[in-house]
Amino acid sequence: MLRYISTRITQALLILLGVSFITFLLLYILPADPAVQIAGRSATSETVASIRAQLGLDQPLFVQYFNYMTNLLQGDFGRSYLQKSEVATLIWSRLGPSLSLMFFAIAIELLIGLMAGIIAAMNRGKALDKTLMVLSFVAVSAPQFIVSILILYIFAVKLGWFPIGGYGDPIHYVLPALTLGLLGSGWYSRVMRSSMLDVLRQDYIRTARAKGAPLTRIIRVHAFKNAILPIIAMIGLDIGIFMGGIVVVESVFGWPGIGQLAWQAIQRVDIPIIMGVTLVSAIAIVLGNLIADLIAPFVDPRIKFR
Amino acid sequence: MSTLRRILKRKSALLSLIFIALITLAAIFAPLIAPFSPNEQFKDGLTLQGAPISPSGTYLFGTDLLGRDLLSRLIYGARTSLIVGIIANGVAVLLGTTVGITSGYLKGRIGSIMMRFTDLMMAFPALLLAITLAAIFSPSLLIVALVIAMVNWVQIARVIYTQAISISEREFVIASRGLGATNQRVLLKHILPHLLPTVLVYATLGIATTVLLEATLSFLGVGVRPPTPSWGNIIFENQTYFITAPWLVFTPGAAIILLALSFNLLGDALRDELDPTQRGLS
Repeated sequence: MLRYISTRITQALLILLGVSFITFLLLYILPADPAVQIAGRSATSETVASIRAQLGLDQPLFVQYFNYMTNLLQGDFGRSYLQKSEVATLIWSRLGPSLSLMFFAIAIELLIGLMAGIIAAMNRGKALDKTLMVLSFVAVSAPQFIVSILILYIFAVKLGWFPIGGYGDPIHYVLPALTLGLLGSGWYSRVMRSSMLDVLRQDYIRTARAKGAPLTRIIRVHAFKNAILPIIAMIGLDIGIFMGGIVVVESVFGWPGIGQLAWQAIQRVDIPIIMGVTLVSAIAIVLGNLIADLIAPFVDPRIKFR
Repeated sequence: MSTLRRILKRKSALLSLIFIALITLAAIFAPLIAPFSPNEQFKDGLTLQGAPISPSGTYLFGTDLLGRDLLSRLIYGARTSLIVGIIANGVAVLLGTTVGITSGYLKGRIGSIMMRFTDLMMAFPALLLAITLAAIFSPSLLIVALVIAMVNWVQIARVIYTQAISISEREFVIASRGLGATNQRVLLKHILPHLLPTVLVYATLGIATTVLLEATLSFLGVGVRPPTPSWGNIIFENQTYFITAPWLVFTPGAAIILLALSFNLLGDALRDELDPTQRGLS
């Protein structure tokens, strides 16, 4: 078991190292020169050169990467080129709003997704099942920005039930969390349905039914616990999709999270922030998958520690 | 042939196919179908206050913020969506299949290095990566397509890899290697044909993902640049009017959702029919 855990953790660390290198490489070969951006258009070539030297941009790729990683391991993500402050501070101040939004969104998508999946599985082949599955495909096929605007239009503009944007009160959470949750529930309902159908085919379910247990009890006591297993691994994978989704949803709803920070940085080619957010997202994704991997053998004894 | 017939018997798949066919025809024959030129700014295309005109007789779907005919822009926008969809997904499928099949068949060190690399790519937040790349390389249609392909090939590679491993252990593969067939021959003649159904399914499902990504990038202003119309950038250009002129946002929005939905439903039907083990499961 210890070996299983340490292998997984080593793999996760290697992946993070790889992600940091590729991100660095991508931004290194960029056509945009940050020194020119900082110096401004009217700067002389000497000024640009001195800024380049100051930032260490005149050194070879591997030296730059090494310096970057040394700082990174000390928790130093570098300084924003344009906002004149530490990237770590910026990200840290934005992390709270994003994580709390993520928490509510995942709660909503699990609630809707699992319910829809179970109801569809119990009514397999009937009109209700088919309707739910088409709806789940609509959720999968709808881009975040359209749903954000639609929900904003209906609930904030037309009905006036919720504020158009902003952050601070619990009421501000409703619309962005609902948008992310509704869209995410599509995949969960499909996976839950197929996993449920899979479980319902097993012998022990047939035995329980033969003994005369009512269907709701079978679902609650016997089937649900087994059917939920694939969902755990899915939440780990979902974090990746989520990190992309918040860029769109946060910019539509004016949510002061890391998605909005990333979007503003991308528009200004503020490379240290882009790298920081990408790395933080990658850490979240790798951590999510790692936790799912580590939990799996405990929840499902059939999965062996390998 | 019978597979096709079975797929067409499903109402959802049939409707999807019809919708995709209509959009494709509209895209191909855009100059013949579109009532106006997509970029012409009409003098009577704006109200006296300078606001877009709501759907009416002359402009069936209304006009946009610059007084251009929305219907014509939507029809030309279908071209953008489909061109980007086909190029991006074509590249992603080609790359994903090549990587998946070779690493699944060769296994060993090369196989595991290639798969570790896909693990790495899976850890990237795909949309964030695409937005960053698109924002940095001033985008043309081709660049947008390539950026989307760069983030989309990974999943296909994963799926193909898993299948290629199991197929390359089957007797007919071992037999043909025993007879002295080269790796290239085994891959192309014996393994690839077995994977084609899967490739077809992912090629269909992938177009849905691609259409959505293109729309999202264009909505953020880093995808296809105006004046070339794309369903995403029509929304991007007109979003400030979404309260007073909601049709400018929701008609292209509906088009995007319907096209992605059609490809998803069709891909799902294909998967059910081509892969009997999945039938009725998903």
